[in-house]
Amino acid sequence: MIRKTISFILIIIIAAAVFFSLREIPFGTTKSRVREYYLDNGIKQTGATNIVTSVVVNYRGFDTLGEVTVLFLASIGLSAILYRKKEEKRKKRRKSSLILYTGCRFLFPLILLFGSYIFIHGHLTPGGGFQGGAIIASGFLLTMLGCWGWEGINRNRFKITESLSGLAFVVVGLLGLLYGGYFLFNYLPKGIPNQLFSAGIIPLVYIAIGFKVGSEIAGIINDMVRSG
Amino acid sequence: MIILEIILVFVMLVGAVAAGIFKDLLNAVIAAGFVSFIAAILFYFLHAPDVAMAEASIGAALTVAIFIIAIKKTKRFEEDD
Repeated sequence: MIRKTISFILIIIIAAAVFFSLREIPFGTTKSRVREYYLDNGIKQTGATNIVTSVVVNYRGFDTLGEVTVLFLASIGLSAILYRKKEEKRKKRRKSSLILYTGCRFLFPLILLFGSYIFIHGHLTPGGGFQGGAIIASGFLLTMLGCWGWEGINRNRFKITESLSGLAFVVVGLLGLLYGGYFLFNYLPKGIPNQLFSAGIIPLVYIAIGFKVGSEIAGIINDMVRSG
Repeated sequence: MIILEIILVFVMLVGAVAAGIFKDLLNAVIAAGFVSFIAAILFYFLHAPDVAMAEASIGAALTVAIFIIAIKKTKRFEEDD
């Protein structure tokens, strides 16, 4: 009881500190000029109509590589902890009913299609590699719940997809170093804005990120399902 | 619109406190997923559809699923200390 009271008082103190220090900051007003710069020059410089994508992949592309690396490390660490050389015999699970099985098999390709749509159109509409990858991973979760049972999929397939897509991201960036002089230089033609084939390397990078995030999160779920 | 946002923020607060109080971890996980779901709606209202999609798919769906799998393999109820 006394521990709970002390922690509650601590939470109140921290909340008050955060509130009073952030109260003076005027949110929503134009304080930073970098935002204006992105909004004015984003479409001209990168060719992507979704400004968020042009910031994530082009202006701050190196940070995105770091983010993807963090996810990669999380996924690898989880596999390393949960890895077991010899799979023990698990109890035979009840097979799912016909309606559930058919529904899962019907929905799975549609979810994959929707996720791919989101990351292929990342430079035109809201969304991108992270969101599309997460949607694809939720499709894999559905199949693990519904039709393949709790047996899961061979984990090497996820790892291979993840490594190849990560390699694709780095290779695209290094080609920019070769052609333009710096990492992730946008060396392909920008094209006409609002068309699918525009914005140079942004769709390529986002497709790589989509595959990478999808296989990473699906691999994490697969490891959790298969372990113990 | 602003009234709706204020109501949603308070519902979110209730969900967050409930996630801390529940002894049944399954209920706590569902309350945390509910907080993520409301956060996704709020992000959408604040004109950030990119973040809303990420929050809805990762926070409200995948994290909850991973936690439920973990609870299934460990213990469901939190013990008193």
